[in-house]
Amino acid sequence: MRVLGLDIGSRSVDAVWLCDGEIVDAAVADSGFDPASVAAAFVARGAHDAIVATGYGRHVARESFAANVVTEIKAYAIGASKLFPDARAVLDIGGQDTKAISLSAAGKVADFEMNDKCAAGTGKFLEVMAKALGFSLEELGSASMAAGPGIQISSMCTVFAESEVTGLVHRGEDRGRIARGLHESISRRTLGALRRVGAEGPLVFAGGVARNPAMVALITQGYAGDVLVPVEAQLVGAYGAALSHTTGGLS
Amino acid sequence: MSDAPVVDYHEMWAELGLDLPMHDALLEAVGGMYGGTFMTQKNRPEGMGYLDFVMSEVHGLRIKELHDFRKSGGKVVGTYCLYVPEELIRAAGAWSVGICAGAEWAYDQVEQILPRNTCALIKSMMGFKLGKVCPYLEESDLLIGETTCDGKKKAYEELGKLQNLYTMELPQMKRPKDVAFWRSELVDLIAKLEELTGTKITAESLAASIKEVNDKRRALQRVNAARAADPSPISGLDALLAVQVAFYDDVPRFTQSMNALADELEKRVADGVGVAPKGAPRILITGTPMALPNWKLHQIVENAGGVVVGEEMCTGSRYYEKLVNEDSATIDDMLDDLAAKYLDINCACFTPNDGRIDDVIRMAKDLKVDGVIDYALSFCGTYQIESAGVAKRVTDSGVPVLRIETDYSAEDVGQLSTRVEAFLEMVK
Ligand code: SF4
Ligand code: SF4
Repeated sequence: MRVLGLDIGSRSVDAVWLCDGEIVDAAVADSGFDPASVAAAFVARGAHDAIVATGYGRHVARESFAANVVTEIKAYAIGASKLFPDARAVLDIGGQDTKAISLSAAGKVADFEMNDKCAAGTGKFLEVMAKALGFSLEELGSASMAAGPGIQISSMCTVFAESEVTGLVHRGEDRGRIARGLHESISRRTLGALRRVGAEGPLVFAGGVARNPAMVALITQGYAGDVLVPVEAQLVGAYGAALSHTTGGLS
Repeated sequence: MSDAPVVDYHEMWAELGLDLPMHDALLEAVGGMYGGTFMTQKNRPEGMGYLDFVMSEVHGLRIKELHDFRKSGGKVVGTYCLYVPEELIRAAGAWSVGICAGAEWAYDQVEQILPRNTCALIKSMMGFKLGKVCPYLEESDLLIGETTCDGKKKAYEELGKLQNLYTMELPQMKRPKDVAFWRSELVDLIAKLEELTGTKITAESLAASIKEVNDKRRALQRVNAARAADPSPISGLDALLAVQVAFYDDVPRFTQSMNALADELEKRVADGVGVAPKGAPRILITGTPMALPNWKLHQIVENAGGVVVGEEMCTGSRYYEKLVNEDSATIDDMLDDLAAKYLDINCACFTPNDGRIDDVIRMAKDLKVDGVIDYALSFCGTYQIESAGVAKRVTDSGVPVLRIETDYSAEDVGQLSTRVEAFLEMVK
């Protein structure tokens, strides 16, 4: 049985192909301005018996390729607990949203939280801040790692934080320390969300931002349990979506 | 709404001073929303035909009735809150209409008067007035406000500059002395109403209106009791609509139609007929009222495959659950009854308000729900502050809770849908 899992997000479309439950192929592409056709290209790649879509574009996929759908929350929970059977919590910081999920011993969603409307504390936020600091996304993380104590950023609103950062740069503050301050405030906010959903025990850190070593270090420092980062952190959603076909999802 | 009105009401609307082009635009928008939200539902009870008709004539036939009533000397009283007793208004010979405030309208004008961070309900209440698109407001000879939350209380001062408005003082606690005070407010209201209509309230007229309004509540109780069945014989959207319409429709006609609907629903339950498959996630919603045409959250839940089986809100159980005692013979005793019943409503403007949480837990059990959604409008301090306490106690009682804060805009529908879908996946 071949299942294609698609995670259609605002920044990227991720695909995982399973054959009898084993990953046989995976791919990531930029969403561009038309994520639906990016997804369609993945669908056209080969034969499969079922498609399961997650991410904000999941309903479009249901209409276009009769895909089954699951929410990102469930997809991440399934993907993360398959990769790490001991996992009891999942953190996903993606392009435009952040999810904190606590899991029951059986790997089921016990509680979850998502950021509302805005991009505060997400991948998009880091992108905007990197630009304001004149760093690439990779440099932002490494500069933060190498820097001295972080400079506190008081606003988490993308618009206000950007002007705050610009102001600090003009004042001649060290860019690395500003970057560190930004990472610290995201991590404080994220750890708060994990606390609110009652996350305890091994935490799987997934999503694009899990590739940022500075964020991983801060979350590891602040979280009481182990923090596990899957090699393909970005593919956890697509993987979980594909797996949900056998574990049962909303159709 | 899908059928074009046979009668052209533009002349009547012009007489009322409505802004005709804007009013046409509003009707078209609401009509489109209604079609897309309600008429696309599958397997609806036939009895909903009555509400479809009422909604298609919401600014037509019903306004014509009010219009004719006033032309023959009758008075119409507009209200905004559950605490204002419809029984007194009717006993004085006037008609009571609940004024809707459930859509974003003329916010640009509203924000010249009210701060931006005011709840959507209050903004909408002002927007309908400033935008001149609500015929119910224009047909109202008197509006009655109440000192509930600070936002409404102060907004009534502004609304009162534009229209004849009388404000009742509602206590914020429920001690015996508060009940006595509220009773004295009812006495003052009687004087105000009698002055308006020139009709004296008698023991007979008050007893009759108490009975009549109780009958309306009993009919709604029957409709809502049927929702305890799995599968539910009626969608949450349709049941919500019934209560929304209860605020402005003709009382005896509405009661009769709801009893007919209840007959049908009881039959459906006996036959195991439902609007969603048996076992679909059952949701109870608690929080701020949802005024017409605010159907946003119900639509999201039901599109995601859930069924809303109850509303612990003013457009829900708080409206129909409690009845006024019918055994009193004198106006004095009836006033005691009315004061007691009305002050027994559990609104977040009161302190303490633990009764509301007791209600949620009881309803969750009776309706066999899988989850509770706590719903608060942004900038509604009272309900937002209660939200954490509601979530805590309901969760501790073994029912999962999702907390949502939103407004009337469509901006966050995608994001909310994901959260609601994930919640349904979680509770299934
Ligand atoms: S929530 Fe409170 S203030 Fe608002 S309508 Fe209901 S009773 Fe009145
Ligand atoms: S929703 Fe809240 S803030 Fe708005 S009128 Fe009602 S109680 Fe007041």
